[in-house]
Amino acid sequence: MPLHELSQPQDSYLALVVLMVTAVGMAAVPLTLAWLWARYFSPKKPGKDKNATYECGLEAKGDAWIQFKAEYYLYAIIFLVFDVETIFLLPFAVAFTGLSVGAFVAMMVFLMLLVEGLVWAWTKGVLTWK
Amino acid sequence: MFDNITNWIDGLTAMQQFVLFSGVKIFAVFGVLMTCVAYAVWVERKVAAAIQDRVGPNRAGPFGLLQPACDGIKAFLKEDFTPDHVRKAYFWIAPAIALIPALLTVAVIPFGSNLGAQKMVIADLNVGILYTFGIVSLGVYGIVLAGYAANSKYPFIGGIRSSAQMVSYELAMGMSVIPLFLWVGDLNLSQLVISQQGFVGWLPDALGSVRLPNWLVFQSPMLALSFFIFLVAAFAETNRTPFDLPEAEQELAGGYNIEYSSIKFALFFMGEYAAMITASAMMVTLFFGGWTLPWFGLDQPATSIPGGLLHIGIFFVKVVAFVFTIVWVRWMWPRFRYDQLMDLGWRRFIPLALVNIVVTALWLWIRSRS
Repeated sequence: MPLHELSQPQDSYLALVVLMVTAVGMAAVPLTLAWLWARYFSPKKPGKDKNATYECGLEAKGDAWIQFKAEYYLYAIIFLVFDVETIFLLPFAVAFTGLSVGAFVAMMVFLMLLVEGLVWAWTKGVLTWK
Repeated sequence: MFDNITNWIDGLTAMQQFVLFSGVKIFAVFGVLMTCVAYAVWVERKVAAAIQDRVGPNRAGPFGLLQPACDGIKAFLKEDFTPDHVRKAYFWIAPAIALIPALLTVAVIPFGSNLGAQKMVIADLNVGILYTFGIVSLGVYGIVLAGYAANSKYPFIGGIRSSAQMVSYELAMGMSVIPLFLWVGDLNLSQLVISQQGFVGWLPDALGSVRLPNWLVFQSPMLALSFFIFLVAAFAETNRTPFDLPEAEQELAGGYNIEYSSIKFALFFMGEYAAMITASAMMVTLFFGGWTLPWFGLDQPATSIPGGLLHIGIFFVKVVAFVFTIVWVRWMWPRFRYDQLMDLGWRRFIPLALVNIVVTALWLWIRSRS
């Protein structure tokens, strides 16, 4: 069979699978080899201070279960809304040249609804880091 | 000899040819990417040294060129040390999860036109940009998991901070490219590169031979703004200064990866530099014409092997220019404070990107009506 070009999408996805396996290998092989090296050749020298939590030089107090700002969750929720919006905007962008007036206006309304949400969060002070 | 190989390849079935060429491409791309990662570290140290009036690495080989290899060997042979208090399973898989997405992003980037009948892209997906954003958003898992696995305070705070930063700027990044696709009307990155051939049309004829390439960044002010937002978001996504809050040494002693050493730390390090290189490659593809140059007919797909190699070379030079810029910025800018970072993302760049989408859509719509 002569040399020919293959560009069907299913072939591209097959290439992706091969790529993914290779990428996992790129991460797994050094980790495994280093583990084997450590296990069979390098001496293990654990120590009380060496195995302790790395902080600022003093001994660590308490465990890692500390309080952190609840604002992180608020950002995460707003992120979710806008991330999904971005996914909807991409097909809109691609189909844009063939869109009717109605579809265009509908998309603008959708965009404005989300902008309204952002404005609301902004005036509520959610987007101000305290 | 060469004829034998050609005959052997011609004798294979379509499927076998596909597997063979995909394998060769993946091998070559990863080889080049990994070499670039190693030498990006060397470039970073040399540039830092030059800017701070130092010499930089100069002992291992001429100009310290063997330094990356020595660092690699050292990281590999160091005691593979696991602190007592960590969550062992997560501690082991977090570096792998941080590295893998950074490597996977290269799949859809066209790094050249073609060599023979082979397109120089690993997977020519018709939804290229969606794949990229899907993979880029996985990058946050490695960092969060590392912060959680370390089971101590500083890495934990580093991981939390990093996740908030990365999701915030991922939004700005995702929205910044939408005007681009409104403009081009195709999600496939190879098509995007093809749409950037030639010179821009808006410069007055009086300028004569002074012409700008038809790269998307030059095509309209809206797209230039898109590029600016994308550039800033790329700095934040790759945790580079001025957005390197996750590893703010003065406050967090190193951030999410302080409990890591030896090869596991090296994997984080490689992931970070690989992400920097793929982000540069994305910027080149999206805004700076990919493998094209408008002069000497270099914006047409190559018809010969040397032409194809030249296109790969052009793409490579453009990427190196971006990597150099990213390294350079690190030594020119102080770090943002965390509240400034979040304000900049949410109250400046996201509204700006939204306005940019609406203005571009309206402008294109009016232009198509008139």
